[in-house]
Amino acid sequence: MDPARKRRVRLVVALTAAVLLAGALVWASFGEAEGAASPSRVLRDRSGRPYQMTGKVVTGSIRHEGEKVLFRVRDRNGTASVPVLYSGVVPDPFRDGREVIVSGHMSRGVFVGQRDSLVTKCPSKFQSKPSGKTI
Amino acid sequence: MDYAIALAVFALAVALVVIGPLRHGQQGEAAEEARREDLEAAKEAKYREIRDAELDHRMGKLSDEDFRTTDRELRSQALEILRALDELDSGQAETRR
Amino acid sequence: MTGAVGFACLTIGLLAALYAAGAGAYAGHTGRREVAVSARRAIYCLAGLLAVAMVMLESAYLRSDFSYKLVAQNSSTDTPTFYKLTAMWSSQEGSLLLWAFLLSAYSSLVLLATRRRLRDIAPWATAVLGVVAAFFLSLMVVFGQDPFARLAAPPAQGNGLEPLLRHPAMMIHPPLLYSGYVGFSIPFAFAIGALIRRRTDAEWIRATRRFALIAWTFLGCGILIGALWSYSELGWGGYWAWDPVENAALMPWLLGTALLHSVMVQEKRGMLKVWNASLVVGTFTSALIGTFLVRSGVLESIHAFGASTLGGPFLAFIAVVLVGSVALVISRLDSLRTEARLDSLLSREAFFLLNNLVLVALCLVIFWGTFFPLISEAITGSKESVGPPFFNRATVPLALVLVALAGIGPILTWRRVTASTLRRALTAPLAVAGLALIALVAFTGAGRSGPSLAMFTLIAFVLAVVGQEFARGAAARRLVSHESWPAALAALVARNRRRYGGYLVHAGIAVLLLGVAASSAFHAQKDVRLLPGQSTRIDGYTVTYRQPTAAILDDRAGTGAPLSFGAVVDVRRGRQHWVMRPSRNYYAATDGTGGAIGRFFMGDSTSEVDLRWGLRRDVWSAIQPDLTSLIAPIRVADRRFANAPGRVQALIIAALAERYRTHAPAATFRFIVSPMIAWIWIGGAIVLLGALTALWPAPEARRRRATSLAAARLGRELSRA
Repeated sequence: MDPARKRRVRLVVALTAAVLLAGALVWASFGEAEGAASPSRVLRDRSGRPYQMTGKVVTGSIRHEGEKVLFRVRDRNGTASVPVLYSGVVPDPFRDGREVIVSGHMSRGVFVGQRDSLVTKCPSKFQSKPSGKTI
Repeated sequence: MDYAIALAVFALAVALVVIGPLRHGQQGEAAEEARREDLEAAKEAKYREIRDAELDHRMGKLSDEDFRTTDRELRSQALEILRALDELDSGQAETRR
Repeated sequence: MTGAVGFACLTIGLLAALYAAGAGAYAGHTGRREVAVSARRAIYCLAGLLAVAMVMLESAYLRSDFSYKLVAQNSSTDTPTFYKLTAMWSSQEGSLLLWAFLLSAYSSLVLLATRRRLRDIAPWATAVLGVVAAFFLSLMVVFGQDPFARLAAPPAQGNGLEPLLRHPAMMIHPPLLYSGYVGFSIPFAFAIGALIRRRTDAEWIRATRRFALIAWTFLGCGILIGALWSYSELGWGGYWAWDPVENAALMPWLLGTALLHSVMVQEKRGMLKVWNASLVVGTFTSALIGTFLVRSGVLESIHAFGASTLGGPFLAFIAVVLVGSVALVISRLDSLRTEARLDSLLSREAFFLLNNLVLVALCLVIFWGTFFPLISEAITGSKESVGPPFFNRATVPLALVLVALAGIGPILTWRRVTASTLRRALTAPLAVAGLALIALVAFTGAGRSGPSLAMFTLIAFVLAVVGQEFARGAAARRLVSHESWPAALAALVARNRRRYGGYLVHAGIAVLLLGVAASSAFHAQKDVRLLPGQSTRIDGYTVTYRQPTAAILDDRAGTGAPLSFGAVVDVRRGRQHWVMRPSRNYYAATDGTGGAIGRFFMGDSTSEVDLRWGLRRDVWSAIQPDLTSLIAPIRVADRRFANAPGRVQALIIAALAERYRTHAPAATFRFIVSPMIAWIWIGGAIVLLGALTALWPAPEARRRRATSLAAARLGRELSRA
């Protein structure tokens, strides 16, 4: 095979491999993806699909019952809230009012969280916390 | 007020440092200096390549024939660099005379 | 006064950076040397100004001057001094100042080191560095991220440093990462200069290679330290979560790895020029994206610092950099194309090309997964995200290929490798790998996990190749020099630092991946609720909860936490026996939660993990104490002692803590046994050692440079006489 043809063959092989791998990637990602949803969205959907629910912990709603934690999550800007039953590691920053992400699905009116899926966002360091106007 | 003073002081300091070369027409290092540095760096790199090829050959990664070809090529490239350096030196000698 | 001086530094710094950009471009265009020197000096001034600004800000922290917004935000009088100093970069504004300072410092070092070389490129590089510095300064001066902002009504006490950050690793982590990101701007700046001047040789690479390697090393160390912190500090027990911010640091590192290898091809054979230009642009752009991601709120992440006003300007800057660079590369494509062709697929050039492809593919996969929420929203309208299962599945095959390449690469030579050479070189390592495979399947449970088995075998292969290279190299030396083995090895490494430093890095990465594979596939984890006296079993260990512990202001780690609750845990396995003391630190709430007494129990709490390192396995423990038995007494205390003097309140808190200790409640524990996880950190240390070896300047070069300088000076002085 002359060099030019060899190069073309290599290029075709490489491109084909790339296309196949890209296809596998896209297929894997869309197949595995979990929809992110706010509590009000989760409440609206009655299908029991798995979701990644994001929102804020309702103040005063945290209860530890043995190994499980019960709390409520509300919309970031709203009051619609969902009760959550979760077991697994509770991240250090988990408290009233913190933003959380928990994966799971609705079952009989309670959002059952997947084990260890609770993520609490580090409280915003990049936002001013102390009250008082800046000069 | 503090801010204005600090601003003025720093602006002045920076301006002095930065405008200096412009006023004196400072050429920085002479052009030959720069060319010499570039050539020296290229020479070092070429020497390293020659040594690498020697090591590869002694370790058996390069066959005798491949080594001879590579070594000859690298040495001729190194000679060119050395020749350019010599020209630079003789050129300087010329200007000195 | 501090703030005024500091902000003045920033303002003049911005002007200096803009001047450097303009003067550098002018000098590059017209070739006027004095303007180039002037531009360079502006960068030096910038470094000085930003150093002063940093000192000013740190002095405010040390004084606990709460009239400054940043100091009130993340420091307090009871924050330990070390954390007062490092609190600066836990804030948006402070971290921008650190970034800008590191950029100006590195730029100054590089420009100083290359001031005699690359005369046509250096002015353009100065201009590019000036533009980048100006952008970051403008964020602080123009876009409101002022580190020296004051508060109209300073509070009496600051918020204190975020408890999770009170760990030495978390404090070195940002400077290391930023040093990495910033470091990659240097090769980028010189590459842009080279492209503008159509200098298509490898000069810019040779001049900036050291800095690219230094940046790569810093970035890698920063990533590893972050992983180490996560493992030894968080109550989760893992070291990598494929979180967007973690990925954002990994992507530039991968591209940087590709760059470091690929530039060798341009130096030796003048090939892959377009690849190198693209890689250097990609590395720098992904470094910018990494910096942006942490502070934009664009992706849901455990680090998401909330939406800030910086998203817009950052994106605009990244777009300008990317589009501008790509346009420049395309316009120079004719100069970059080379006549040289790949002689053979079995050659170093070919494998480096393959290396590029795999690393870029890895980067793309991670990029896809990280930005998937945005991608899926654009395509399907709903924000979906993928998690660790996707990332693991997508990256493991590529990682296996990469390890294989790391083994084959050192065996190859340039242009082509003959079949017989290949056979000679591969026999021993393949044999070792084969033996390792058989041993693993026969004597350990490694066969349970296919990918792990493959990874272990390939790791054995890589280590065998590296060992063979050292051995054969030393043997080759001994033929001529007749030194002893140790002397030959030392001399070999000393005279070929880049090559053998690189081999050490390969070995280090292999060891690191050994730790990753073993600890991921074969770890045992147990979450269990125990009463004092109860035991549980995990992976052959018997763990017993002996007794609870409570302490006031006695935090072993020096974080300044007022309260700590924990446990004494007995661990036994066969004849081994030791004690672990996991605990949890409680910090007083500053946002009004709980009463005067209760706030000490209801604020932020952090897990203080107890960890026993071992070469074969780690035993890790964390505790979540159950404070519900204290709730009633706390409420009583809140009512009765709300206005009591501090000393009385302290006594009550101590009494409550003692009550926890004596009433012996149950607690929830997490125990993890991770095989060989310590090898991750050991591998990282080997990589660092290899990088340092490769970076070490060769003594002969130094001597020769001095000689030529002396000769030149002699010439000048003679001409003046």
